[in-house]
Amino acid sequence: MDAVLLARIQFALTIGFHYIFPPLTIGLGWMIFLYQSRFQETGDPAFRQLARFWTKMFAISFIVGVATGITMEFQFGTNWAAYSRFVGDIFGAPLAAEGVFAFFLESSFLGILLYGEKRVSPKVYWFSSLMVAVGATMSAFWIVVANSWQQTPAGYRIVAGRAELTNFWAAVFNASTLPRYFHVVSGALVVGVFFILGLSALMILKNKHTEFAKRSLKSVLIPSFAVILITMFVGHHHGFQVSQTQPAKLAAFEGLGETQTEAPLLLFGIPNEKEERMDFAVRVPGLVSLFVGGKFDTQVQGLKDFAPEDRPPVALTFFSFHLMFYLGLWFALVSFIGLVLWWRNRIFESRLFLWMAALTVPLPFIANELGWMAAEIGRQPWVVYGEMRTADAISASVPAGQILASIIMFSLIYSLLFGVWIFLLRKQFNKGPGPLEGEVA
Amino acid sequence: MQALQIIWFLLIGILIIGYAILDGFDLGVGFWHLFAKKKSERSAFIHSIEPFWDGNEVWLLTAGGALFAAFPPVYATVFSGMYLALMLVLLGLIFRAVAIEYRNKVDYPVWVKFWDIAFSVGSILPSLLFGVAIGNVLRGLELNGIGDYTGGFFALLNPFALLCGLVGLSMFALHGALYLAMKLEGAVAGKASKWASKAWYAFIFLLATVLPFGVKECIHGVKEIPMAFILLMLVSNSCVYALNRKGRSKAAFLTSCCTIALLMLAVASALFPVIVPASNNPELSLTVYNSSSSQLTLTAMLIIALIGMPLVLAYTVFIHRIFKGKITVVDE
Ligand code: HDD
Ligand code: HEM
Ligand code: HEM
Repeated sequence: MDAVLLARIQFALTIGFHYIFPPLTIGLGWMIFLYQSRFQETGDPAFRQLARFWTKMFAISFIVGVATGITMEFQFGTNWAAYSRFVGDIFGAPLAAEGVFAFFLESSFLGILLYGEKRVSPKVYWFSSLMVAVGATMSAFWIVVANSWQQTPAGYRIVAGRAELTNFWAAVFNASTLPRYFHVVSGALVVGVFFILGLSALMILKNKHTEFAKRSLKSVLIPSFAVILITMFVGHHHGFQVSQTQPAKLAAFEGLGETQTEAPLLLFGIPNEKEERMDFAVRVPGLVSLFVGGKFDTQVQGLKDFAPEDRPPVALTFFSFHLMFYLGLWFALVSFIGLVLWWRNRIFESRLFLWMAALTVPLPFIANELGWMAAEIGRQPWVVYGEMRTADAISASVPAGQILASIIMFSLIYSLLFGVWIFLLRKQFNKGPGPLEGEVA
Repeated sequence: MQALQIIWFLLIGILIIGYAILDGFDLGVGFWHLFAKKKSERSAFIHSIEPFWDGNEVWLLTAGGALFAAFPPVYATVFSGMYLALMLVLLGLIFRAVAIEYRNKVDYPVWVKFWDIAFSVGSILPSLLFGVAIGNVLRGLELNGIGDYTGGFFALLNPFALLCGLVGLSMFALHGALYLAMKLEGAVAGKASKWASKAWYAFIFLLATVLPFGVKECIHGVKEIPMAFILLMLVSNSCVYALNRKGRSKAAFLTSCCTIALLMLAVASALFPVIVPASNNPELSLTVYNSSSSQLTLTAMLIIALIGMPLVLAYTVFIHRIFKGKITVVDE
């Protein structure tokens, strides 16, 4: 098999698996901090119980994020040696900064959060929960900087066949850094908050630890609505940025073949790559033009404007983008219904709502993966947009057989880890939060 | 520019030394975990490293990131060249990370056994392979004009590099046993101290085998400065033995940190200014001067390091103070 394809499969597999965990720990991290803060303020042990239970779920998940992150740190050198040589002057610095500024902070205070409750004062313990959340959120920053530079490179020039930094801040705050960062973080909060919402609902449905579950569910209703609105809002802004910086990607998102004014928003469609059009299309006329330029007669570039070798694969990009978008609407609906029922004091009677919330637990993870697929596949055929093609980026010295062997190895390990992770989450779920008062075990 | 390049060579050296000293002890604990007979001992071993190991491992991750940033061609060449070996290191590190967190989560013998083995094997594999990698770099790698390794996988398994792997393993085993002797109480601490003596003999024996061999195998030979570091290292290592015998476990552990640092300094000074020597043609070697990033990047990174590293030291001291004190082994 082709080494480029294998290297891409391996990258997608390892990063896709890694990315199950960081959003959850970023989201849970902030909720744990919220509970700790409320406990500090009110002294109400109910908040401490919430913090402790979700900290246990956090710990079970955090560790898989760490274990799979190690792979990522070396992956650019192992599989993408040509890429590493080309971008190292710029791309390496954020990875190093992530270690220095984020991972050290996070891992040290995590030690206290998980094993130190008895050893430090309540204030220091509270502070540690804050530092863990801050550390996780900062690590997202630096890695998003690196990724965004690939998407919309800035602050560099090409010297002797490699990208050389000319302006550090321009490279860090390139066109897509901030929109992507805020969208990634808010997307992570969605994962954490709906995780709590859904599992609490499931506890109520199964008549387990109901007192605790009811408090837990109520605690995330307002946050869930807030974060999904923010995510959609920031996502909209992110999409606008894409339209300005990566027109071929936007055309693939929207399945737009011809360059046109009054470009329609495609609600549904099945890309027909052979005939370069959309089958079964449902369109809202003019909306994409309005979105991109504020006017219906804004001209929007279609895919046919780009040479065939410069077009991203349409079907995957299109579907992942649209599915993410629809999932966003679904989350907004679920949390809105939750708020209304709560307001009318009927939330715990509505089994329909509880089931909706419970079944929603895996969906934000999927929405996050889809968002990345849209972003990354939509960037193709470039690994650094406009500068380096993915096909030119791999390690020439690594035989395809070795890549295949490592794909098999990772698939086996990661399947095992995934199974164990789910098993332990279930076990903790059944065991529940433990007593309201009293020491930690 | 030259000064910056040299500073970055040193800084990455410091990160690697920090990694070897810090993760060295928990990798070593993983080695002895295999030999602990009682369940209570194994729990205490895990307990003794639980709050620290992740922070320790971050030294490796940061060294990797910094190498990418400061010397991208080296990052690209070494990790693509030693592809399979690195995959095995990753396998080990993934399993041990998860094992440390998960082994206590279910009280079922098969479960605990599985993660115990994963922890030990996951510690031994990287301990061995780091040494093998260093041995190969000292010998020089076959490189082509782009800097890609062309020697093939089996060339990496030469006797010298394999011996270096064993040196590394015994060094971490010694370091880990000293850590356990310092951190645990009672009979187990005594046992760990005896393990340390055994590991010490193994380490010295392996060094005595590898050093004369090394003078011949090292592509640049071994000149005065590396020699001086090696002599200092031998002195410090003798102190480790004496202190351990006297039961001064903390002093022995700290001296062992020096030993590790001195050994790594010997390696670094044997290479400098080359980072990856090309065995087929010295012109193709990757050096501090021909494979660094631009001046601007090195400067920006230096600022990041100057702000960040004091913070890192502060967290490290802080967390070791919070979890200071000995761990009691509770017999069940
Ligand atoms: C819970 C997660 C989640 C939800 C509900 C949404 N997104 Fe998203 N989206 C992400 C999680 C995410 C992400 C994983 O965080 C991505 C991947 C890369 C990135 O920048 O963020 C992403 C990418 C991404 C991109 C691609 C950016 C690029 O190619 O560089 C756009 C345009 C949007 N999103 C827009 C939206 C809109 C308009 C949404 C409204 C419903 C939306 N997203 C919901
Ligand atoms: C290719 C890109 C990536 C690399 C090289 C990478 C690297 C790593 C490494 C080395 C770790 C382990 C740190 C430790 O030992 O404590 C880790 C964990 C983590 N990473 Fe990634 N990562 C990548 C992608 C991402 C992305 C996209 C995000 C978030 C948006 C992210 C957020 C985190 C977080 C929050 C953790 C802490 C563990 C956890 O929360 O599960 N990473 N990553
Ligand atoms: C964390 C969530 C992420 C996911 C789910 C993800 C997903 C993917 C996927 C599916 C591909 C393959 C695209 C294709 O071959 O068509 C890819 C490629 C790639 N991504 Fe990402 N990505 C993520 C984050 C990152 C980050 C944070 C970085 C950089 C710091 C990054 C750098 C790359 C590189 C270098 C490639 C390989 C070249 C290529 O195939 O384009 N990715 N990613």
